[in-house]
Amino acid sequence: MTATAPTTTPPRKIRIATASLAGCFGCHMSFADIDTRLLALSEWVTFDRSPLTDWKTVGECDIALIEGGVCNAENVEVLRAFRRAARILVAVGACAINGGLPAQRNHHRVEALLTHVFETDRHLAPGSRVPNDPELPLLLEHVHPIHEIVRVDYYLPGCPPTAEVIWTFLMDLLAGREPHFPYPMLRYD
Amino acid sequence: MAPMTSPFASETFTLDGKPTPFAPGQTVLEAALAAGHYIPHLCWHPEMGNHGSCRLCVVEANGRIHASCALPAQPGLQVVSKSETLTRVRRTLLEMLFAEGNHFCPGCEKSGDCLLQALAYAHGMTASHFDPFYPQRRIDASHPDLWLDPNRCILCGLCVRASLAEGKEALVIGGRGIASRLLATSPSGLLGDTALAATDRAARICPVGALNFKEVGFASPIGKRRFDHRPPEAMSDKERYT
Repeated sequence: MTATAPTTTPPRKIRIATASLAGCFGCHMSFADIDTRLLALSEWVTFDRSPLTDWKTVGECDIALIEGGVCNAENVEVLRAFRRAARILVAVGACAINGGLPAQRNHHRVEALLTHVFETDRHLAPGSRVPNDPELPLLLEHVHPIHEIVRVDYYLPGCPPTAEVIWTFLMDLLAGREPHFPYPMLRYD
Repeated sequence: MAPMTSPFASETFTLDGKPTPFAPGQTVLEAALAAGHYIPHLCWHPEMGNHGSCRLCVVEANGRIHASCALPAQPGLQVVSKSETLTRVRRTLLEMLFAEGNHFCPGCEKSGDCLLQALAYAHGMTASHFDPFYPQRRIDASHPDLWLDPNRCILCGLCVRASLAEGKEALVIGGRGIASRLLATSPSGLLGDTALAATDRAARICPVGALNFKEVGFASPIGKRRFDHRPPEAMSDKERYT
């Protein structure tokens, strides 16, 4: 073994941001399924904006894990902010990859769906209307995978990806290896 | 599966450096599969033969790329079925099929039991890199025992060929270009108005989640589905083909 050169600065922790767009939070739960390995991970990485932290805006980071497709205007804004902030942006799960099951709404006109749910459903109070406050983001005409909006560096398939896939992927990136998934690890369902 | 050599095999050609016997009239794909040498394919079927639509069976021979399901075996022919180029071409073809349809595997009852999906896994496809087409074709649930989701159909033509062979002629592929789709031959255009029956060969030949039986979905536990642990390459004919 050769001695490593002394570093003048302490090694910087890898910074990870995570986001859910038109997601179900299931990919985040599958991430949490790495279980006690989360404790080891917490020694090696720092989390930026994430549903698991209190950071409200995303800052410069190494890795952004994005679950969910893009279904409304706020999703687009958040996705672009994560793309600007992150060196490596990862599409996590079926929704981020090809729109996922929410993209089945692409069979219908978005106006018809909103009217059906907020105005004509027989269990609504009389006078119910489609929400109109500018505080609320408008839905896009169709649901889109994130690669239609921004460039994607890696895809982690699955609905959700297994904890083993997420763990293997992060360990590969942390070690500077190119991620690789053998047949038994690949799942789209 | 134990390698089977046709009793009529007399000549040989070279497949990935190995001498492979063939009978006169056999295609490279037929001879390769008979010799236990797997070449990826979707639209070829032992009973229905070749179709030529999926293009997954491409191989290198005579200085170019051919569909091995249509390439007649010749004595001394040099064929390459495994190369970096071929893997890349096949992965691209799989990504095209995924992008063209609505392949939302998480809600598909054929997941784990689907040849298209298994081949995508076997080619290490993490995602289709193309923009999705999001087709808007309507489900046909007019038949009492069967239903068709044309947004999952890969136009392999197996159901058409099976129905033709058993004299029902219930199905046809119509339209041109991206508008091509599976149609019922009945004047109403409904499956329920054709002679198609649940006992027909055509009713159970679909290799993906397009033409299905009604009310039988999600019967196999995850982990025990057809392709859960093994790629098509490692399967017997009985398991591989529907």
